[in-house]
Amino acid sequence: MGYTIIEKIIRNNTGAQTVKPGDIVTVKADRVMIHDIFIPFVADKFEEMGFKKLWDPDKAVLIYDHLVPASQLDDTRHFRIGDAFAAKYGMKHVHRSDGICHQLMTEAGYVKPGDVVFGTDSHTTTYGCVGAFSSGIGYTEMASILGTGTMWIKVPETIKVVIEGKLPDDVMSKDIILRLIGDLGADGATYLALEFTGSTVEEMSVSSRMTIANMAVEAGAKCALFTPDEKTAEYCEIQLSEFQKSLTGDEDGVYKKVIRYRAEDFVPVMACPSQVDKIKPVSELEGIAIDQVFIGSCTNGRLEDLAAAAGVLKDKKVADYVKLIVTPASRKIYQEAMEQGIMEILSEAGAIITHPGCGLCCGRTGGILSDGERVVATNNRNFLGRMGTSKVEIYLASPKTAAACALAGRIVSAE
Amino acid sequence: MGMTIAEKIIAAAAGVDHVKPGDIHTVNLDRLMSNDGTTHLTVDMYHNKLTNPRIADPEKLVFIVDHNVPADNPKTAAAQKKMRDFAREHQIDFWEGKGVCHQIMMENYVCPGELIFGADSHTCTYGALGAFGTGVGCTDFLYGMVTGTSWVLVPESVKFNLIGKLPEGVYPRDLMLTIIGQIGANGCNYQVMEFCGEGAKTLSVNDRMVLCNLSVEAGAKTGIFEADEIALAYLQEQGRKPKAVYKSDPDAVYAREYTIDLSAVEQVIARPDFVDDVVPAKEVCGVKIDEAFLGSCNNGRIEELRIGAGIIKGKKVAESVRFLVVPASLSVYKQALKEGLIDIFMESGAIVMNPNCSVCWGSCQGVIGENEVLISTGTRNFKGRAGHPSSKVYLGSAATVTASAIAGEITLA
Amino acid sequence: METFTGKVWVLGDDIDTDIIIPTEYLALKTIDEMKQYGFSPLRPELAGLIKEGDIIVAGKNFGCGSSREQAPEIIKALGVKCVIAKSFARIFFRNSINNGLLLMEQPDLYDDMTEGDVIKVTVNEHVEYQGRFYQIASLPQNLVDIISAGGLVKAMRKRNGLD
Repeated sequence: MGYTIIEKIIRNNTGAQTVKPGDIVTVKADRVMIHDIFIPFVADKFEEMGFKKLWDPDKAVLIYDHLVPASQLDDTRHFRIGDAFAAKYGMKHVHRSDGICHQLMTEAGYVKPGDVVFGTDSHTTTYGCVGAFSSGIGYTEMASILGTGTMWIKVPETIKVVIEGKLPDDVMSKDIILRLIGDLGADGATYLALEFTGSTVEEMSVSSRMTIANMAVEAGAKCALFTPDEKTAEYCEIQLSEFQKSLTGDEDGVYKKVIRYRAEDFVPVMACPSQVDKIKPVSELEGIAIDQVFIGSCTNGRLEDLAAAAGVLKDKKVADYVKLIVTPASRKIYQEAMEQGIMEILSEAGAIITHPGCGLCCGRTGGILSDGERVVATNNRNFLGRMGTSKVEIYLASPKTAAACALAGRIVSAE
Repeated sequence: MGMTIAEKIIAAAAGVDHVKPGDIHTVNLDRLMSNDGTTHLTVDMYHNKLTNPRIADPEKLVFIVDHNVPADNPKTAAAQKKMRDFAREHQIDFWEGKGVCHQIMMENYVCPGELIFGADSHTCTYGALGAFGTGVGCTDFLYGMVTGTSWVLVPESVKFNLIGKLPEGVYPRDLMLTIIGQIGANGCNYQVMEFCGEGAKTLSVNDRMVLCNLSVEAGAKTGIFEADEIALAYLQEQGRKPKAVYKSDPDAVYAREYTIDLSAVEQVIARPDFVDDVVPAKEVCGVKIDEAFLGSCNNGRIEELRIGAGIIKGKKVAESVRFLVVPASLSVYKQALKEGLIDIFMESGAIVMNPNCSVCWGSCQGVIGENEVLISTGTRNFKGRAGHPSSKVYLGSAATVTASAIAGEITLA
Repeated sequence: METFTGKVWVLGDDIDTDIIIPTEYLALKTIDEMKQYGFSPLRPELAGLIKEGDIIVAGKNFGCGSSREQAPEIIKALGVKCVIAKSFARIFFRNSINNGLLLMEQPDLYDDMTEGDVIKVTVNEHVEYQGRFYQIASLPQNLVDIISAGGLVKAMRKRNGLD
């Protein structure tokens, strides 16, 4: 009998002989991620539950990113509570200003192919880029895992997405996932796993896969999964085990649906205000005047993304009266970008470069806007009021498209 | 009777041969600068309080967005939008996200001999290039914008005769804090602090900016240096020519004179909550800190970044400390990038932000929380300046601040 | 089976967690301080109007977006007795169960519902509105167990020998 990737991971984790969608099983967490914005609530619930110690402090990672740097008076309270919790329960893995949680979890080697990982942030689906089952949960759930090391899940069905062929030059993986979310709808993958495969996927860097896995939750998905390959091994700095190599959808695996795309058919797209599934080709939106561009976030703040933007911005200047805010996803990426001359290009173009963190994406600071303003952003959400008042329009796009818009001062396609 | 530099600048601006302290003159303003602290208020008054509003000379205006960059809430964003739209409509030079206003002004506009109003108290910085810069509120700014003129009560000048040279490890910021500590927060109230002497010759334009910038913290209307070869060389590098170069006359009259021996200055700290509560840094060593800030119009230039990088290279920021490093302008950032300084700070665990007022302004970036302690290269340490009313701010040089960031407590550099 | 009635507030499709509680309020210390901002980007007056025992009826994908658990906590703190929607986003669903906020999926009620009307709910069975009965699917046993325990915190406390 054949299995999907998620079924294989769950079988391996639980030791169950058979596993099928709909089964309620208890999985052991291989790693958990808690971030600054919710640590006070996690800490509270953990102690309210009566736990005296973490099931395994080494498996827990605490990352400050939403509140770095602090923008409101009570933000630092989150750091104090986080530091105290980590100290009290012997947590060694604490990152206070190294970048966005989802970037660090794979970049710093906390997640390996085949792992089961939970995080207090919906975009925890990101780590599926290396073939891990990773999903977002609330702080009460996290507190219970910190005490027990386990969580119940319902085995999801899987939608397989097959992409074959060569992507056009102006298309990035962001355009692929936006198109898919548009086709599925914001609840089209609710409770489902999304498996990505095909020659186009195999060609993609881990960074590009990360963008896709990151946004899977915007179609309601429980998780996203990519088969670990040599690129994964190189990125994770490991040799793939037999089990990890086996994490591919079986020919006779049972899928809810198989969706096929030809890579050549993709075009640069945007998610229009104020829903992630409101997708239109950039060509249909050309000419709309904008006030700001944001390049960053766990979706598209990596070296590959900054390089794509730099390729468009080299020797040119951001349009007058338009702000370009660039927020690299991690300290490491910032340093690599400097080494490669990318930061020089971006600053020459007039970019406002901020410290690695969530920045504008989480909408607390970092370029908030007011009535009537429009922003093109490379993050993952454009909900009403996300980046300012409810009369602000947010268009989601790839870094390449976003950079082109910054130069023009209006929505345009990257050449 | 002779005139001081400041008196000469005012006389020229008033179109008269001679002015003396106590006179009131109508002056032509050479330039007006406003930032996102108050421009939206000026714009509102322009539209709502004036009949037939017009701008005397848009070419003399500079609008700079620097205080809340990137914007932290819709109100800020709306205020900035108002400023941006006005600048666009009236073709006013507009800078956004390019750095702190006074740094941009010094890099791009200020010329010796000019009389400049800025809607920001630290406009006194421009004295470093022999210009008379002073801070005004939005109403005075509006008047200046609409008429191109204003009234000025000619201030007395106080002479600060600098002798000797700063010792190794002691910086212009230590010097200026020492002076303010000596004369008090109203020590030069409504007066011009004129810095001269052989000691002045040992100070670069950057150093002079540090001094002039803080003169308002002693209550001064402005601080000023003669535009000598050092200033003129800086100006030439920036591609500008002076409007006029003034020297104080030998028989100019000063309200008071001080002699300051630079070689006797040591590392100092201004303790919370007053800029003039200045003590030797060694007296506060050991005070635990939560945050350190290297930046601001006072101490965020390449010279200070080099000092900080030199101290932190190969070392790490203390785990319990947030060390924010914020270059004063995009030009400074680009230079720091080239020199590998940004990499040194990144490697050390510092938080490097875009050029803006940041922690000094204390409104939205690196704000400190309840009972927290900050050591900063900013201009002020008033109660609640950097965040929570219960928090404490210590002012020190870039060197002292960086050394403290590494140690996790106030430490001598 | 538990039965109750309540006045209904109607919200549309894809009500996301940024609408339920915008990020800028997430650093407030307590749910009590946050709840006044519930739904503010969409309906700024709503939080002030909701009374104890009221019911929310919504379209599809209610609670989509972030994992912020404050979303169901605030709805509960405002006094909402239950949320009946065409469908729920999954993280929100779990978070609600864990906090004892009653959720029910019902595909047709939303289309017929008028805001301000009163409905009668029989948990895990049906909703009665204007003489019609709308069926409700029952919850899986493990979720029933968590709710019966009074939420996940109470369930864990019991496990750890407290209470």
